[in-house]
Amino acid sequence: MSNEISKFSDPGLPEHVHRKTDIDPKAEKRAEQQVAILFVLSALCTVLTIYSYLFIKTDTFVFLPIMGDTNAHQLFLGIGLAGSLLFIGFGAVHWAKQLMPDTEVVALRHEMRSEDVDREDFVQTVKERAGTAGLGRRSLIKRSLGLAVGIIGLTPLLLLRDLGPLPRKQLNTTSWAKGTRLVTDPGNKPIHVNDLEVGAVAQVLPELPAGTERTLENIGTDAVLLIRLRPEDFQLDSERLSWTHEGIIAFSKICSHMGCAVALYEQQTKHLLCPCHQSTFDVTRAAKVIFGPAARPLPQLAITVDNKGYLVAQQGFTEPIGPSFWERSS
Amino acid sequence: MKTSEKIAGTVANYVDERTGAAKWLKKNLTKVFPDHWSFMLGEICLYSFIILLLSGTFLTFWFDPSQREVVYNGSYAPLSNLTMSASYASTLHISFDVRGGLLMRQIHHWAALIFMAGIIAHLLRVFFTGAFRKPREFNWLIGVGLVTLGIVEGFLGYSLPDDLLSGTGIRIAEAILQAIPVVGSYLAFFAFGGAFPGHVFIPRIYTVHVLLLPGIFLALITVHLMLVWYQKHTQYPGPGRTEKNVVGYPLMPVYMAKAGGFFFIVFGVTAFLGAVASINPIWLYGPYTPGQISAGSQPDFYMGWLDGLVRMAPPIETHAFGHTISWNILLPGLIIPGILFTGMALYPFIESWITGDKAEHHLLDRPRNVPNRTALGAMSLAFMLIILVNGGNDIIATHFHLTINQIMWFTRIGVIVIPPIVFVITKRLCLSLQRADREIVLHGKETGRLVMLPHGEFVEVHQELTPAQKFVLTQHSQPEPLAIPDTDAGGVRNPTGIKGKIRSRLSRANAEQVGAPSESEVKAIDGGHH
Repeated sequence: MSNEISKFSDPGLPEHVHRKTDIDPKAEKRAEQQVAILFVLSALCTVLTIYSYLFIKTDTFVFLPIMGDTNAHQLFLGIGLAGSLLFIGFGAVHWAKQLMPDTEVVALRHEMRSEDVDREDFVQTVKERAGTAGLGRRSLIKRSLGLAVGIIGLTPLLLLRDLGPLPRKQLNTTSWAKGTRLVTDPGNKPIHVNDLEVGAVAQVLPELPAGTERTLENIGTDAVLLIRLRPEDFQLDSERLSWTHEGIIAFSKICSHMGCAVALYEQQTKHLLCPCHQSTFDVTRAAKVIFGPAARPLPQLAITVDNKGYLVAQQGFTEPIGPSFWERSS
Repeated sequence: MKTSEKIAGTVANYVDERTGAAKWLKKNLTKVFPDHWSFMLGEICLYSFIILLLSGTFLTFWFDPSQREVVYNGSYAPLSNLTMSASYASTLHISFDVRGGLLMRQIHHWAALIFMAGIIAHLLRVFFTGAFRKPREFNWLIGVGLVTLGIVEGFLGYSLPDDLLSGTGIRIAEAILQAIPVVGSYLAFFAFGGAFPGHVFIPRIYTVHVLLLPGIFLALITVHLMLVWYQKHTQYPGPGRTEKNVVGYPLMPVYMAKAGGFFFIVFGVTAFLGAVASINPIWLYGPYTPGQISAGSQPDFYMGWLDGLVRMAPPIETHAFGHTISWNILLPGLIIPGILFTGMALYPFIESWITGDKAEHHLLDRPRNVPNRTALGAMSLAFMLIILVNGGNDIIATHFHLTINQIMWFTRIGVIVIPPIVFVITKRLCLSLQRADREIVLHGKETGRLVMLPHGEFVEVHQELTPAQKFVLTQHSQPEPLAIPDTDAGGVRNPTGIKGKIRSRLSRANAEQVGAPSESEVKAIDGGHH
């Protein structure tokens, strides 16, 4: 091709241009002093660090323009540290750029590939050595070694078995059961039907049998949101409607998508929103998903009142709460 | 001889007699490194890794990685007498009762962000300049491993304090684990020692965070650097620089001073950020409990794209034969990231398959001269940015008075439509830039100086480029499409079939170039202008 032949030729490395510090002894002296000043500034900053550590009380605050009130102890400690590091860096770079030789040097590269003769020698060596071990011939040894090495990998897997128990039915169960009282969180107080006004929302938990302590695992499966609407706001089938009580409806608070707490309730639209991935559930339609990545409604808890007027569960959840898993059937 | 020289000599002799180091050092102290600002990106990663090791070690002296419940009685009054895990309480202790503790926590977190940002910038530099080409494919693979592990390591790190925000992140990770078909709930129960949250997860990830992963990092980084050392650094094209040489400054003293100095600068900047810029103020979030959450829950930026992908996923689950498959989690959480990272790892091999280029490359590409690769990179970047935007959709919605639905639908459609558009625009831009290069080589730079010729014609004076400038703009090689015939001489169809067809199509697209001008072309138009 013509354009390959007459490519622009490489003019070669440009001529070296001397810096001011190379030709003017005054400039050189000045650069040297500048480097020294930078290193001294670093030392001064270390003094500031030591001073801050020892003498600025940890509860002193100073006002900074953008940051607002800032802890003076940690601020000056940090600024001292930052300065002591930065000035060493600036000094070293200034030294390198102004006073160390700046002539570009050329070194040659060599192809990564070994010489042919070395490669041949290598192959020869491997073949010879492998031959002396009889790796090619002794197929009995080869196969039994393969078996041994192949199976030994099971041991670490086996040893990891006790990392945790089998899930069994645990992902399907909560503490809710027929007659379980709804109690406030925090406070553990039973909730009277008149405690909730229309439009109110509350996080509740099941009342645990006396003497049982509530664990985080319990909260992670039991947390329920209680919302009171006007009964005529609901658009529910008769079964789901019977799970509500005088406009009070209860859902699992654990998102059916990835298990975050569905904590944002929009009173105007009667939507529940999960702050993690913005799945949006319509409270009036049994927490039907109306937006976002969740594929299932929040499980609804059937509630009613006991003879004293306190809210209780009619039954446990009829489906597993929280994110999906392989063994989940619906 | 001075005493100091005498002592140095004795020590050197002692070491060399036992290691023979002098021979190796003699050669390597004068090793040449090319100089360019973009080569400092990788250095930033290395230095922030060292900062992470130093500040992280400091934090371990006080951090108690336990989910044992304790009652807080430290000096942060708003949380007094609250029950919380020991890891949250000890993080509060570090932040408020250990002098310099908060500073070190913030330095550690900032260093992690700089580490990840540095890795991404370094990765882009390597990609767009073609530094991954033969013989550097191994280092590309190690790099892909490092960025993947970096994301995991960062996530584990900010999960350790067990505050409300990080606990929410762990809950999401658990849901991803649980969604894996067949073995998901087993994996989740094994990882958490039972039902979520359990009492063992934080101690376990602590070991992974401070021992296992840093060890792997150290090993991978060492191999990464040894390969750079051994293969010698790439260089940008320029006068006097060829595939057979390396032009730059010697290790001792220039590079030692510059690189050493740069370490202190990176450390200093990180310390400054740690001093003035509050990050992850866990005391504002409160201890983790699965029943609570705060609005605007956001992961760190290097996880944000993943979160954005999860947010935009379609709400699809399959229920069949008594089992559930959550596509809304598997697709964005595992399948798409898997495809992205596998594609990234394989890219050098795919490109060399398309171009048929098996030669060693030590001179870097100017991105415009490889339009397809540059366009692919820009397209991937556009994809990542769009899903990252969706990862912050709640914050964006409140700041810009939009609804989450608008942003979500914009990004859901945008993630499919925008990347191909970016590809086309970038490719056209590259070709235009090539045309512009050609133009100024042939006609010189416009000077803006108008001259009236004797017969009244106005012309603008163009200034001819220097030979060095012309060389830089024209030195790149012009790819030729691979000739893969459909049929051989006897009319028999090529057995490579569809694979060959795809390859030749891609290769043709890749060879689309504006030809670099040649010396003879310049001579041909060298009429009366100069």
